[in-house]
Amino acid sequence: MAENNSSLLDVHDLKLHFRASAGIVQAVDGVNFQLNRNEAVVVLGESGCGKTSLAKALLRLLPRNVAEYSGEVYLGGEELMGLTDEEYRKQIRWVRMSMVPQAAMNALNPVLRVGDQVAEPMMIHAGIKKEEALAQARDMFSRVGVSADFLHRYAFELSGGMRQRVAIAMSLVTLPDLVVLDEPTSALDVLTQANIFNLLKRIKKEFEVSFILITHDIATSSELADRVAVMYAGQIVEVGDAESFFSAPLHPYAQKLMASVPRLRGDQELEFIIGKPPSLIDLPTGCRFAARCPRRFEKCDQDPPVFDMGNRRIVKCWLYEGN
Amino acid sequence: MAEILEKKLKDQDFSDTGALLQVKRLHVWFELRRFGFGHAGYVRAVDDVSFELKAGQAIAVVGESGCGKTSLMKTILGLNTPIKGDIIFDGMKLSELDRKGMMEYRSKIGFVQQDPYGALPPFMSIRSILDEPLIINGVKDPKERNERIRQVMEEVRLSPVDDFIEKFPHMLSGGQQQRVVIARAMILEPKLIVADEPVSMLDASVRVEILKLLENLQKSHNLAVIYITHDLSTVRYFSERIFVMYAGKVAEKAVVDEILNNPLHPYTEALLTATSEPDAANARIYKEVPPGEPPSLVNPPTGCNYHPRCPKIIEGLCDLEDPPEFEPVPNHLTLCWLHKDA
Amino acid sequence: MEALKRSFGEIRKYPSAVIGVIMILVLIGLAIYTVATIPYSEAIRLWRGGEDIWYSTPRNAFPVWTNWFTDVKQPETIVMFSEDNPDVTKEYTTTSSGKTDIKMSYTFDYTADDFPQELSLFFKTEYVAKEPFASITWETPDGRTIRVGDLAVSRKQTYRISQDEALVRRLGGEKPEVGLFADPESPDPENPQVLKGTYKINVSVLLFEDTGDASAEYVVFGEVFGWAGTDHRRRDLMLPLMWGAPIALLFGLLASAGISVLTMIISAIGGWYGGVVDGIIQRITEVNLTLPFLSILIMIGTFYSRSIWTILGATIVLSIFGAAIKTYRAIFLQIRESTYIEAARAYGASDMRIIFRYLIPRIIPLLIPGLVLGVPAFVFLEASLAVLGLGDPVLPTWGKIINDAWVNAALYNGYYYWILEPAVLLMITGLAFAMLGYSLDRIFNPRLRGL
Repeated sequence: MAENNSSLLDVHDLKLHFRASAGIVQAVDGVNFQLNRNEAVVVLGESGCGKTSLAKALLRLLPRNVAEYSGEVYLGGEELMGLTDEEYRKQIRWVRMSMVPQAAMNALNPVLRVGDQVAEPMMIHAGIKKEEALAQARDMFSRVGVSADFLHRYAFELSGGMRQRVAIAMSLVTLPDLVVLDEPTSALDVLTQANIFNLLKRIKKEFEVSFILITHDIATSSELADRVAVMYAGQIVEVGDAESFFSAPLHPYAQKLMASVPRLRGDQELEFIIGKPPSLIDLPTGCRFAARCPRRFEKCDQDPPVFDMGNRRIVKCWLYEGN
Repeated sequence: MAEILEKKLKDQDFSDTGALLQVKRLHVWFELRRFGFGHAGYVRAVDDVSFELKAGQAIAVVGESGCGKTSLMKTILGLNTPIKGDIIFDGMKLSELDRKGMMEYRSKIGFVQQDPYGALPPFMSIRSILDEPLIINGVKDPKERNERIRQVMEEVRLSPVDDFIEKFPHMLSGGQQQRVVIARAMILEPKLIVADEPVSMLDASVRVEILKLLENLQKSHNLAVIYITHDLSTVRYFSERIFVMYAGKVAEKAVVDEILNNPLHPYTEALLTATSEPDAANARIYKEVPPGEPPSLVNPPTGCNYHPRCPKIIEGLCDLEDPPEFEPVPNHLTLCWLHKDA
Repeated sequence: MEALKRSFGEIRKYPSAVIGVIMILVLIGLAIYTVATIPYSEAIRLWRGGEDIWYSTPRNAFPVWTNWFTDVKQPETIVMFSEDNPDVTKEYTTTSSGKTDIKMSYTFDYTADDFPQELSLFFKTEYVAKEPFASITWETPDGRTIRVGDLAVSRKQTYRISQDEALVRRLGGEKPEVGLFADPESPDPENPQVLKGTYKINVSVLLFEDTGDASAEYVVFGEVFGWAGTDHRRRDLMLPLMWGAPIALLFGLLASAGISVLTMIISAIGGWYGGVVDGIIQRITEVNLTLPFLSILIMIGTFYSRSIWTILGATIVLSIFGAAIKTYRAIFLQIRESTYIEAARAYGASDMRIIFRYLIPRIIPLLIPGLVLGVPAFVFLEASLAVLGLGDPVLPTWGKIINDAWVNAALYNGYYYWILEPAVLLMITGLAFAMLGYSLDRIFNPRLRGL
């Protein structure tokens, strides 16, 4: 693996399986990727591909029905999977790695003033007094473009965009190295979405933070992406830098996905993928995309390994064997 | 208030122009009540909107949440009652319909909703879901209903029919659920389909499939379609004309290419700027989009609704006077003072 | 309704639900068996009957199963009728003087460790003018013969051997039911022991006329009787225990189902129409919730009627505007905004169709567990009213048994079975419905299932 000085996060064979009444849900099933400091990686995937579970696995926000949680996660060289839950809570979560959860604007506590909510992580993790934490929250508010007057408001008094900014502020107050953004703009209007992405771009520069952006929206994902990881049926099938990915994706699934994105201009014919992704409970042997793949051949009956295409680009597809 | 309305509606005419749907100076205002009684103002969800739609024509209504597109849609479906103005659909005047007339009116408009899972009663099989509109609209013969159900399922490509007909919505994928919703909208053989964000809840890989299905149905049945969306990038695959709505008003109307290539209203411009295309270059630039939020529909600003956010505001005009409809380019209308000299 | 079927199919995965269902099925089986074997009119006749019907049963006898738990086996009740009984011989002898002597001799085994409660002979004779004359002798297993008594018998004559003062004197002051069965070689004469073995009682009836007949039923009233025991009026408790089942189940199910369904419909109507309709329903509910439910029922029972139907009606009327209206309404208000309802309106569904076909089916998964869990509550309510003396005046119910027991100081007198039996049945009923109800709740509302 790339033992780069600037490497921030290394994930090896991360697995997160859940028990369900119908069987074991292999939501995250052997995920590998690597992320540098001050870099944003987009995890692209359709609903049910396990991308939200990946966020949960990284932040160790696990439900009770976990069947398997294994692999290696290095954050700045430190192995995280060996930490106890208590150590993880004290040293990692919201200290070095934080999260803006899905539909964060609806995830704010309705009975706490938003200023207090933003101050809370600092009081818990940095152990500072409330006045000081509130002062820092005020500062953070101005940096995410929320008027300081809003510190004393409740979540329901704020618009969706403002609430999303508050959620972002909350993820940043402890100055973490890495913020996981789970669908940060999917419920927002187009203009608000654009404003939030402008904000995230500025934050990335200002705070030198790394982002993992989890989304299904290919078009908006390009707003933040330095690198793109495509997830399908619990696995990452392709990782590449944004430049090469958006111009020429390698994996047939990624290619199809790109071809399905409607564009404002241009005459490109839209395509779609026939069929639906396999159930995470009953996964096929061999390549998981094979059943829907237009380019499948005999080899696809076996599980493809990850092929390194150079320049930190990997692809999990037999078409690239020997490259 | 009533006086203003009266003035606005003075020169209404209901001449027959051969259009399938005529929306005439439609005002959908919801009364706000204080403590359950006592007037506290109006929410001007749709504020003086007029347009016509010919049989077989597809238009897109584009706007952000709260712009009034949903209220407009519900009014056309006969679910909201306009406070002023009228809708004439297929020779039927909405304001003058009795119960029976309303049934007929509604049966001629199909409704495709945003969230396919929510739009299907979870306790009914696909057969009962499709049976319902037929039973309600008086198709008594079970054989005929069965035939119609099978036919419409074939049409939306839920085939083989027997694999789906006894299933329940939760057993289907999102795309299949949306096909059921479309089948239900089509089963009474409507002349108009109102599609409210029909693909926004679906995965990218199935979106196109549904859009193409709608397009095929529109062509093969000569359907008029009102496609309501917030996403400008999907409209050109489907519609001929775009109406851009902002704060209860139609800010701009034109054919699709005109809107995309020559937006006249600053709000349309902002929408186009904000809409992303998958391009790695996006990450390196900041988008020039106006800050702020759409105005309150209870106390809209004086003058142009958009003036508080507009980068091209003409002080002393935009903030004071309501812009009328200008037509700087033939068939390209806009509510913007920038084009007052056109 | 496939979904409902599927959910019910899931019951098999919950052992407590399976046990609950089995218990409920047993109760229902018992109820059906009872109604089929003891018709309603017969049940009422027996329940309201006095000594004329219950003459041959002991008073306050324990159930036979109490013998399993004691070393001293209590005697069971022996009833022997002179006709058609292989252990009774009956011979007619006509004397020269035109008299007929009927000799009836009852042979029975007495193996209990304790003495019986009472001994009686119930004569039935046919004659024109002169009463026949009966003389009774007693043969013990060790060969002694004791003269019991002589008496003139009328057409219907009860001879209570135990109360025959002359016999008491002949037995040396010993009560007949003791003296007749006592072992003369008892080590402690103050505390005689039972002589076990085959006894014989000979009844000879002398008819003084040409025509006529006589028969006699001989009863040894034991200290235990049947599987349920008897009460203070000699009634076999099996009757009210069995008949209590259909009544309790019917009352519980009707009340619970009636209330659940009506509440659901009312709140659906309120939730759908909103406005004034909803306002009126909500106000009625709020007022109703402040009314003292039990007190009103007691007043109705005291001043108007204690009929189970009246009480059932009053229970339903007072409960339909209950707290559930508020819960259901909150859910209906949410469902009302569902887009599938919007779609239904768009294709022209009427208000009533929306309420019954689109709103209510959504809440049925919530309703069913509530309905099942409500059954025992109403079974207990009916029993409680009966215990308070407000039970239906004619029906044999579990509550009535407890009421009788309580009025007759059953526990003070040690008749624990009298309260234990109906209480156990009530508990089984409650447990059965609770086990099923809570499992259904978990099946229908998966959020409760936990992970």
